[in-house]
Amino acid sequence: MDEVEEEAMSPGEREIFKAVEESLADLPGKTPLPEYEDAVCVASGRLGEGTPRQIFAANFEAVGGRVLARVEDLASFLLENDHGAGYCDPALKGAVGAPLEEAGLKVDYEYERDRCDEYLFGVTLASGAIAESGSVVLNDDDTSDRLAALTPWVHVAVLPSEGAVHLTIPDAIAALGGSPNVVWVTGPSKTADVEGILIEGVHGPGVQICLMPVDDRPAGR
Amino acid sequence: MSGQPIDHYARSLPRERRDSVSASGAVTTQGRSDVLARDFEDPDALRRLAGQIKQHALDHLDDYLRQAVAKMRENGVEVHFAPTAEDARTIMLDLLRRNGVGRVVKAKSMATEEIHLNDHLAANGVDCLETDLGEFIVQIDRDTPSHIVRPIIHKNRREIAESFEAHGLGEYDDDPATITRRARRHLRAKFLGSQAGITGGNFLSAESGRLVLVTNEGNARFSMAANSLHIALVGIEKIVPRDRDLGVFLNLLARSATAQQLTVYTQFIGGPKAANRPSGPEKMHVVLLDNRRSELLGSNCREILRCIRCGACQNVCPVYRQASGHAYRAVYGGPVGAVLSPLLAGDRFAEFADLPKASSLCGACREVCPVDIPIPDLLLRLRNRASEEGIESVGSPSMGAFATVASSPVLWRLAMSGSRAMNLLPIERIPAKPLQEWLKVRTLPEWRGGEFRKWMKSRKKP
Repeated sequence: MDEVEEEAMSPGEREIFKAVEESLADLPGKTPLPEYEDAVCVASGRLGEGTPRQIFAANFEAVGGRVLARVEDLASFLLENDHGAGYCDPALKGAVGAPLEEAGLKVDYEYERDRCDEYLFGVTLASGAIAESGSVVLNDDDTSDRLAALTPWVHVAVLPSEGAVHLTIPDAIAALGGSPNVVWVTGPSKTADVEGILIEGVHGPGVQICLMPVDDRPAGR
Repeated sequence: MSGQPIDHYARSLPRERRDSVSASGAVTTQGRSDVLARDFEDPDALRRLAGQIKQHALDHLDDYLRQAVAKMRENGVEVHFAPTAEDARTIMLDLLRRNGVGRVVKAKSMATEEIHLNDHLAANGVDCLETDLGEFIVQIDRDTPSHIVRPIIHKNRREIAESFEAHGLGEYDDDPATITRRARRHLRAKFLGSQAGITGGNFLSAESGRLVLVTNEGNARFSMAANSLHIALVGIEKIVPRDRDLGVFLNLLARSATAQQLTVYTQFIGGPKAANRPSGPEKMHVVLLDNRRSELLGSNCREILRCIRCGACQNVCPVYRQASGHAYRAVYGGPVGAVLSPLLAGDRFAEFADLPKASSLCGACREVCPVDIPIPDLLLRLRNRASEEGIESVGSPSMGAFATVASSPVLWRLAMSGSRAMNLLPIERIPAKPLQEWLKVRTLPEWRGGEFRKWMKSRKKP
């Protein structure tokens, strides 16, 4: 390292860099960066037949998610399960919030953390999805409130017809973009800490829904 | 009774506990290999690739570390450097104090276990609460985790229900769903009532400065979403060269750890939240931890730094399955712990020098390791180091007479040919019940001592 750079360093930083450099100085035969195709880490067997959206829908259900095609289906699901009140991203008021209200559900468009237990469902926008893994992509730029996508028992990720569906995990990594926070959600929150028994809904949603247009439902279902 | 310290510990465990750790390890190991075989034509090639990428990153850590630090700073992350565990504790406590934090929630992190962060914060008046269900139970029980991924693999539901009752989390109920719901309710208030979130980090991309963090429960996401201050403690060995390399590691990590394709919440954290977002940290600090990692980089055990903390070697290890994690007397148990603990102990190497001997060298750990660490080789190197440093071997069976014979060519030849007399023994008529039982299903081969030496001598040199 040059002197100017070294001077600007804190003592701890200097100490660590010095130790790392000393250790590596005499290392024989350093490992080169291997070349590889992204395809080597793609589970191609999970891609199956159909469009990326259809593959995503099938894989999302395979990891315990639930795909709903129409907002009416969502309203019925919430009513049937006594999830009568919740939050909806104000940007989705017209498309989702209002129809839910019409169906008799109580919908808030502002998330207040002190009332987090009152929101039994939370509707937020998904930035995209990953077909290979059945994950929804939540990018902070699109998520109206991180907590609204996490604290309600039911999280509804709304994937509009123009939302990007990446075919593979490497595709999704290449598309991470500049957001300071991107999270891939692959099924409901879960644990197997107690005797290895799978329990869903630990700190996040126990039910993870993806609301996506009807003609995108998997073929043959 | 003879045996190494780990044998004594294993014998002291209740049978039920040994059985459950063993069964759980077997189930996860099977799940791991099923999912890998289902998804990849050649899972071993993928493991080798991951090992090469990580070893490359380690062999060039000076460059990648510089790159990662520059990127993180560019992204608005404040980066701190902790040469020792003590430095890391001091830096983290200072950060919390400077920000007036009295209550903090923490996601699961082996690095924070390694530096014993919780005790230090508690001793200095900061309440640091574990939020991973298993780690939370460990914390209220004043216990320590016994597995990298499944911290309470050594506890059953009855013990958990009893401690929930003792800590006012509800009347005795050992239903795992009830236990989880109660923890959800209890911890929710803590997430929202704290002032900072502490996490570890699974990977750090040098290319983008992105910190990657995975949890199944959503607690790391919650710790960050609910708080305006995020502090991540990250070992310097967590760096990978590029974002695209994350595809290889994430695919292997979840499958190796829990037989999942991906962990439920896979977070890519570039920095503090944007100003117009309502929830999330306004400030993000990354504390880079050395704690002897830089020393290991150039050592003959440097491959251990590839470890991505998946726990697969623990699940498959016949010794771990019998002894469970606490038998290893350190933060990291199982095969990876048998290598790491003596090395991280520094001057106290001798205290942990028995751990590399707690292995049959069967090689199963190497076969499952997602980054292809030659663990059995490293165990042998550490055994060798212990012997060179004259550290007394505790509890290992004495090789006394064998050693004398094996180190003298004359005695060895005599023993080899002399033992042919054994072939004349009428063993079917020796009245020892175990021997006769054994002979019902096995045949003792004829003694052919010395054949190997003959073969070696006759072999033409190339």
